[in-house]
Amino acid sequence: METLTKTASKKETETTRRVSGAEAVILSLLSESVDTVFGYPGGAIMPIYDELFKYEDQLAHILTRHEQGAVHAAQGFSRASGRVGVCFATSGPGATNLITGIADAQVDSTPLVCVTGQVPSSLLGSSAFQEIDIIGISMPVTKWNFQVTRAEEIPEAIAKAFYVARSGRPGPVLIDITKDAQFAEFDFAYEKCKGIRSYKPIPDMEMDQVQAAANLINESEKPLILAGHGVLLSQAEKELLMLAEKAEIPVASTLLGLSSMPAGHPLDRGMLGMHGNYAPNVLTNQADLIIALGMRFDDRVTGDLTQYAKQAKVIHIEIDPSEIDKNVKADAPVLGDAKQILQELIPLVHPNNHTAWLEEFARLEEIEISKIINKDTKPGSGELKMGEVVHNICEITDGKSIIVTDVGQHQMMAARYYKFKESDSLITSGGLGTMGFAIPAAFGAQMAVPERQVVAIVGDGGAQMTIQELGAIVQYNIPVKIVILNNNFLGMVRQWQQLFFEKRYASTELVNPDFVTIAKGYGFATKKTSSREDIQADLREMLDHKGPYLLEVVVEKEENIFPMIPSGYAVSDIRLE
Amino acid sequence: MENNQEQIFTISALTENKSGLLTAVTIIFTRRKINIEAINVSETEVEGVSRYTIVIVSTYDVANQVVKQINKLVEVLGAFLYTEEEVYYQEIALFKMSTEKFLNNNNIERLVRNNGARILVIEANHIVIEKTGHRNEIRELHAKLKPHGVLEYVRSGRIAISKSKRKTDTFLKELEETNYIIQD
Repeated sequence: METLTKTASKKETETTRRVSGAEAVILSLLSESVDTVFGYPGGAIMPIYDELFKYEDQLAHILTRHEQGAVHAAQGFSRASGRVGVCFATSGPGATNLITGIADAQVDSTPLVCVTGQVPSSLLGSSAFQEIDIIGISMPVTKWNFQVTRAEEIPEAIAKAFYVARSGRPGPVLIDITKDAQFAEFDFAYEKCKGIRSYKPIPDMEMDQVQAAANLINESEKPLILAGHGVLLSQAEKELLMLAEKAEIPVASTLLGLSSMPAGHPLDRGMLGMHGNYAPNVLTNQADLIIALGMRFDDRVTGDLTQYAKQAKVIHIEIDPSEIDKNVKADAPVLGDAKQILQELIPLVHPNNHTAWLEEFARLEEIEISKIINKDTKPGSGELKMGEVVHNICEITDGKSIIVTDVGQHQMMAARYYKFKESDSLITSGGLGTMGFAIPAAFGAQMAVPERQVVAIVGDGGAQMTIQELGAIVQYNIPVKIVILNNNFLGMVRQWQQLFFEKRYASTELVNPDFVTIAKGYGFATKKTSSREDIQADLREMLDHKGPYLLEVVVEKEENIFPMIPSGYAVSDIRLE
Repeated sequence: MENNQEQIFTISALTENKSGLLTAVTIIFTRRKINIEAINVSETEVEGVSRYTIVIVSTYDVANQVVKQINKLVEVLGAFLYTEEEVYYQEIALFKMSTEKFLNNNNIERLVRNNGARILVIEANHIVIEKTGHRNEIRELHAKLKPHGVLEYVRSGRIAISKSKRKTDTFLKELEETNYIIQD
């Protein structure tokens, strides 16, 4: 006999109400304070959509133009707000179209609850119309999944789904509900999940580990904090700053950790990794102590592991035990929630100064500024460059917008040159590197935080992977701003072809549509520009516009992004040209 | 422990009884292209709780990472990694031979007795010999029986019990106490 959950049960009696499984889905979502769902209907999920119709005053549904759009929008919604993103899709192709976004959410620790319709339970395994084994397919890319075949299972399955998705290291959950379970009636009562005996979301913090970490910090002369996504997920931005300031420790962020440290702070030393900043990459291999905070030593951060920070002791503060010693061995692992650990750690750390060490960063930063940053952001002549467009967006928005990017050169330019002043402000596909992420994720983010300005920065390649979502943006009048940096190339792949494949540009040049015509067709306010004189005014016009706006910016065709750690090289081998 | 030397590991996992969990466990190995030498799943002394016993050959680092990944599965109560020295283990094998050969050849009976095996059934056409032991003992007996005509031979995967003092039900009680946290 299968056990759905072994959850703690409340003793209070619940009032029940006789409802269909489909209505129970809606009521369960409302019990979890869900107010927005992204999705696409189809045969096997029609009973749920029928109930949605009745509850539309309480639960907004955003009809995307493709299920991939729905899941990316839910990701953007979650990443901007920290809430669980919810999406609906029908069985078969509807469900499989979610997979890329679910995988993306799994790699980038994003809490999602995806509800898919399924054929009636009597048809399971019969290759019925639009039947697919989505439980089997989604298993490697979900934190948890469950197939509901009886209406009675719905409240408990959804309660558990939200608990698993948002607790510990967050991740996506998929609940597959057969059509007969959607139709069947039962006595509904909802109880939030308070724990699962087989699941420990946050490991117990051990004070001797915290003390060991503090000792290493107090002894260190050249410490470096690596701030990851975990800082944002545990809302430990303030504690990060306190630790850094107390012992004067420079902080470098991973791509997903960006915006955890306010840009421009004297201890903010930029971004790590393949196209990160020069100083933190080079000095990773000179530091005597690496303090890894909610990050997982991804290969794009470490380069060649055999040459990564071998001289340094490593403190690894991490919520997921499986990340400890996975890529980099930790001298002092500290398991638990980043915020709680930092709160215990900070009092044990002695005030300190690392003036000489910080000067080394400053010296290398000067080199990067003169060799790369000035040329990227203030070229003065020639065609418009991606970096200068990002730089201008940053200046005009005062670094306070949410930037959503796609994947490729423009993504790295956005990460490098947008100076984030507020946290939770970069929404990008990091681990999976999913092209097509930005447009749907941007409007999902905008819906979650309507009070903030959301700007999507997209390449011409990625834009065309989910450009149909312009339709959803217009239908719901979501005031998101989209900047397409158009170089008529799949720029990142072209750069690699130039550097490592002797300029054999195999299938990277694009004959693009007129993006302005497409945007107009969807009903967008839009403009195309390629002029340095006009770019600021054009960006202002876009940002001042009340509704959705698409700005196409034609940029230099064959621009390369540097610095760069070539694949398989050490972080300290980072190239400036 | 030598971390990069390949050796035999026994992974023992206590899990909730959930459909599809076997797939969730095995894809952790598939993804890393690790071959499972033997796998056994059965209910424990606690109702609704299953035990997975998995044997792999790998390095310590890889095996340890696999165990951590198994532990991460929501329905896994606990997964543990053991070297050969840390577990008691046994396999079982059944050998089918012709009754006629058995009756006309005293050697078979002697092999059964000397190798700690036993005769499970005697039918008109065939007999079944049962042997429990370590893999090499079973292989040895097979090699000795083979010349006398083994019709069919089947060997189970390993089941193992650790040398630790942990009791399954107290382990579960501890989990219940720590994992039912009140949130919100």
